[in-house]
Amino acid sequence: MKNLEKFSTLFLVAGFGSFALAFLLLGVWPAIMTNRLESQPLPSEIPADFTEYYKTVEEYQAALFQGRDIYIKEACWHCHSQFVRPVGNESIRYGLVSVAGEYQNDLSKPQLFGTRRVGPDLSREAGKRTNDWHFAHFYNPKLVEPESVMPQFSWYYDESTNPPTPKKEAVALVAYIQSLGAWTLGVKSSAYDLNEVTMPPNPTEN
Amino acid sequence: MEKEKDLVSFPLIKAHLYFAVLMSFIVVVAGLTYSMQFIDLYPFPKIEWLSPGRVRMLHTQAIAYAWLANIFFAIILYMLPKLTQKPILSEKFGWFCFYVYNFLIILTVVGILGGYAQAQEWGETPLILDPFIAVAAVCWIVNVVGGTVWRARDQQFYVTVWYFLAALIWLPLVYVMGNFLPQYVFGGTGGATISSMYIHDLVGLFVTPIGVGMAYYLLPVILKKPLYSHALSLIGFWGLAFFYPMNAAHHYLWSPIPMWTQYASVVASVGMHVVVYTVVFNIFATMASDWNKVGTSLPLRWVFFGTLFYLITCIQCAIHSTLTVQEYVHFTDWVVGHAHLVLFGTFSFWAFGFIYHFLPKITGNDLFSKALGEWHFWLSVVGMVLMDIVLIAAGLIQGSMWRNLSPFIDTVIASKPYWWARTLVGCVLLVAEVCFFINVVMTYLKGRKLRQSVRSEVMA
Repeated sequence: MKNLEKFSTLFLVAGFGSFALAFLLLGVWPAIMTNRLESQPLPSEIPADFTEYYKTVEEYQAALFQGRDIYIKEACWHCHSQFVRPVGNESIRYGLVSVAGEYQNDLSKPQLFGTRRVGPDLSREAGKRTNDWHFAHFYNPKLVEPESVMPQFSWYYDESTNPPTPKKEAVALVAYIQSLGAWTLGVKSSAYDLNEVTMPPNPTEN
Repeated sequence: MEKEKDLVSFPLIKAHLYFAVLMSFIVVVAGLTYSMQFIDLYPFPKIEWLSPGRVRMLHTQAIAYAWLANIFFAIILYMLPKLTQKPILSEKFGWFCFYVYNFLIILTVVGILGGYAQAQEWGETPLILDPFIAVAAVCWIVNVVGGTVWRARDQQFYVTVWYFLAALIWLPLVYVMGNFLPQYVFGGTGGATISSMYIHDLVGLFVTPIGVGMAYYLLPVILKKPLYSHALSLIGFWGLAFFYPMNAAHHYLWSPIPMWTQYASVVASVGMHVVVYTVVFNIFATMASDWNKVGTSLPLRWVFFGTLFYLITCIQCAIHSTLTVQEYVHFTDWVVGHAHLVLFGTFSFWAFGFIYHFLPKITGNDLFSKALGEWHFWLSVVGMVLMDIVLIAAGLIQGSMWRNLSPFIDTVIASKPYWWARTLVGCVLLVAEVCFFINVVMTYLKGRKLRQSVRSEVMA
């Protein structure tokens, strides 16, 4: 018992040992497992709704990253999650249950899963609403949803015109939001089998 | 007395303590301001750098790195030299670390409000500042641990030293892991695994061990009698070291993180029952037969209520981090209530216990007002209890409404009365904070006046 109170035990076993054990076993190991999944490519063509804003795919992809960065700096991820759970009727409310592989690209680095839903989950937001709805909503959410508690982001709009016109940043943000879960739009609802999609795929079966 | 001054560097402790108190004021103001967004009363809706999202990050970052870290540094600077009977390596270097660390904290505030936040919960410090903060923290730790614990390594340590030593090793490891790995190495689901470990470890491996260690020091000092059981403190400490880091993935249950990781984290979370009950039993058993002192001694009362809240919050944690309960309460205000109970109800309460007991000793003059201290205490307790009831109720309502597929906006409307109540409770907590703030500032000013009059007498 006295050994448990020695400096070397406290320093090496409690300090480094316990941290390393958990970090390697329940941090790095599962992280490597999911990192080996096939990567999820970025959209290879500009969605029809955005062709008026972007000329090339590269521009559009850069806008996704710009939108993602705004999503981070305005702390959107503190009030909106980005994964659909296989419980609580969430697949009915939001769409396909999330799988590990769908986050395998640089847009999800850092990840934006989120831990709170003051507003709804956004991981299946693509195509649910029009761009115009989003532009009005980001300018002042109460314009389209009077009871909303979401903050305004009017600084991403040129307010000298009437109505205010979205700046580049607002367009990028909407492009990002409209890309979240876009890959599920092509998935037929008949392919939606709970048993098949809820469990994260096992990377060793590749 | 002269000997104690050589051992403990009081000016440095004071600096950390005063800065912590100043920051605690910002914490409350930012939290209250943010809560007003939820009831359509946000005062600055059109000002970019005071956008509610950014103010929220200011609230949480100020709690972790400005208020708790600074007050913990003050506490460690007092307790470790006392417990090991060795001074820190260099007081000058300690001052250097104090200025550098807190300059970085101010830059963090500017960075977050300016829109340079990082996407890591509890680690929103701008990415560019992270390496500097890590280095500053390591310097601070080497200066303190290298002077005290290392030089006394052949001694038998008191339980507080185990906790402090382990926490000060864990802090830099946790900080570097959480701020850099999800950003650069593991994206997506893998990043979430590491990220959840950071969210959990910052509280579990930094705030908790220092809080518990501090409580173990305060009790015998206030009560003037030894701790109830040495064996229980051993179980509590090693249980924490073993179970706590493994709890990580319970922050993302039912997410795409591999299920075996989630199961393991749930098992480890349930294992926390063992740790918590031993610590709480040990604390209460030490207090037993001295219950009447809880009424008369303000510091002891802070520790008592902090321990009570610790028990409640940890039972809550071990229950809601099972997959079954998580299904209902995750993503709701329940979790927000839990977080307030942990960081305010427990660890801030214990820190207040330290401040009220040791401020007279550290500053060298009596507390400015006992009445203000009592107001601070009772308003904080009432505010804490009400806030938790309100948020837990709101959380249960949100959870069940989401589940029964009510339109999302209906769940927002249903939450609004509770959000109103939360803001009102926040006002109560602001009044409590003002009492505290005035008390500390006036104690400081009183001491300065005293010293000046002594000095002028000497000059004359």
